[in-house]
Amino acid sequence: MSQVVEHIPSTRGGQVLTLVGAAAAWIGLYELNEHVWDWLLFGALGLDPAHRTAETIHFFLYDTAKITLLLIGIIFIVTVLRSYMSVERTRALLGGKREGVGNVMAAALGVVTPFCSCSAVPAFIGFVAAGVPLGVTMSFLIASPLVNEIAIGMLFSLFGLKVTIVYILAGLVVAIVAGWIIGRVRPERWVEPFVFETKLGGQAIDPAAGLTMDQRIQMGIEEVISILRKIWPYLLIGIGLGAVIHGWVPTDFFTTYAGPGSSFGVVIAVAIGIPLYSNAAGIMPMVQALYEKGLPMGTLLAFMMAVVALSLPEMILLRRVLKPQLLVLFIGVVGASIVAIGYLFNALLA
Amino acid sequence: MIIKVLGPGCTNCKNLERVTREALAELGMDAQVEKVEDYPAIAAYGVMSTPGLVIDDTVVVSGRVPKRAEVKDLIAAAAGG
Repeated sequence: MSQVVEHIPSTRGGQVLTLVGAAAAWIGLYELNEHVWDWLLFGALGLDPAHRTAETIHFFLYDTAKITLLLIGIIFIVTVLRSYMSVERTRALLGGKREGVGNVMAAALGVVTPFCSCSAVPAFIGFVAAGVPLGVTMSFLIASPLVNEIAIGMLFSLFGLKVTIVYILAGLVVAIVAGWIIGRVRPERWVEPFVFETKLGGQAIDPAAGLTMDQRIQMGIEEVISILRKIWPYLLIGIGLGAVIHGWVPTDFFTTYAGPGSSFGVVIAVAIGIPLYSNAAGIMPMVQALYEKGLPMGTLLAFMMAVVALSLPEMILLRRVLKPQLLVLFIGVVGASIVAIGYLFNALLA
Repeated sequence: MIIKVLGPGCTNCKNLERVTREALAELGMDAQVEKVEDYPAIAAYGVMSTPGLVIDDTVVVSGRVPKRAEVKDLIAAAAGG
């Protein structure tokens, strides 16, 4: 793959031509996707489209190709756009902000700042050392995975604009409210002391500054490869489960237990979602299949939020800087906010 | 010359270390490459986006994995200046 990267022409005209060509190829593949599998399974192999197994296989192959294409497009565009932002700039914007306004800004910046959960600990230390209040830092750390580009792009492609806007607003509200609540309990006493003792030395450099367009495009390509490499098992499991639910689970199965009439549906969905570690892309096919089976949108959005906002690996990382009390509070407040949002949307969207 | 790769052991941190060693080999230079995995030490360099590359205690790259050619330029510039 690195050979491909090296061959990006550095002239402006060459760059534009390459990008236009890539976009055309992407649209062509996306349009061809369903026809290819129709032809291969039902034409060349002679499978019966009405047969359940054939239909499930068709759904799996079609969805895998579609979601992979969507991810490539979304991750590339978002990474190039986000390369103009950085955690360093975000910290400078948040430094000296009061709580309240700070929580709102932190949540919004969490959406647009490029941020890898592997940097959560150095970023946390950097924010605290720069005097950003803990609750505000928390708002940033909650919003960043919750309202991420993959979730937004996939929701928009699969469920349309209305659900996407609802999700973004809900995610921002969860991040703002949960961060603000955490800020109210003097959380400083539950932060590992070394965080406050760390002295910032050296001249921090801004990763967003001074990059050429070539470098930004290269970052986009590398991010696509690195994310796909990381999430493909979750993606295949998610799409596989989605295909099985789509083809084999009777329509009334889930609605009996977690349908619009169930009072505990949202709580159960969030409780299942918190320890689950998956990427937004991995659970989206399941969410789509469950929606087809009649599960309410609020319950599904709450499930998705619980999966992407809270995960075991992230908790283990954050334990390095947060004492158990604050970690439990963090999980509890974020989980409760997500449950509340789920019920609210089930009431509003019903 | 002392080169440090800052990062808690994520994929990109390992990539940066590999690229750095390759760049040194191509330049025919024999510098010490240290890995810094300790969070307070990483933060002390002011780096919030890993991986970071530090040449003689100056942060030259953070938050991305540069190409080998760029690392060679950075090392050569530090050695020349």
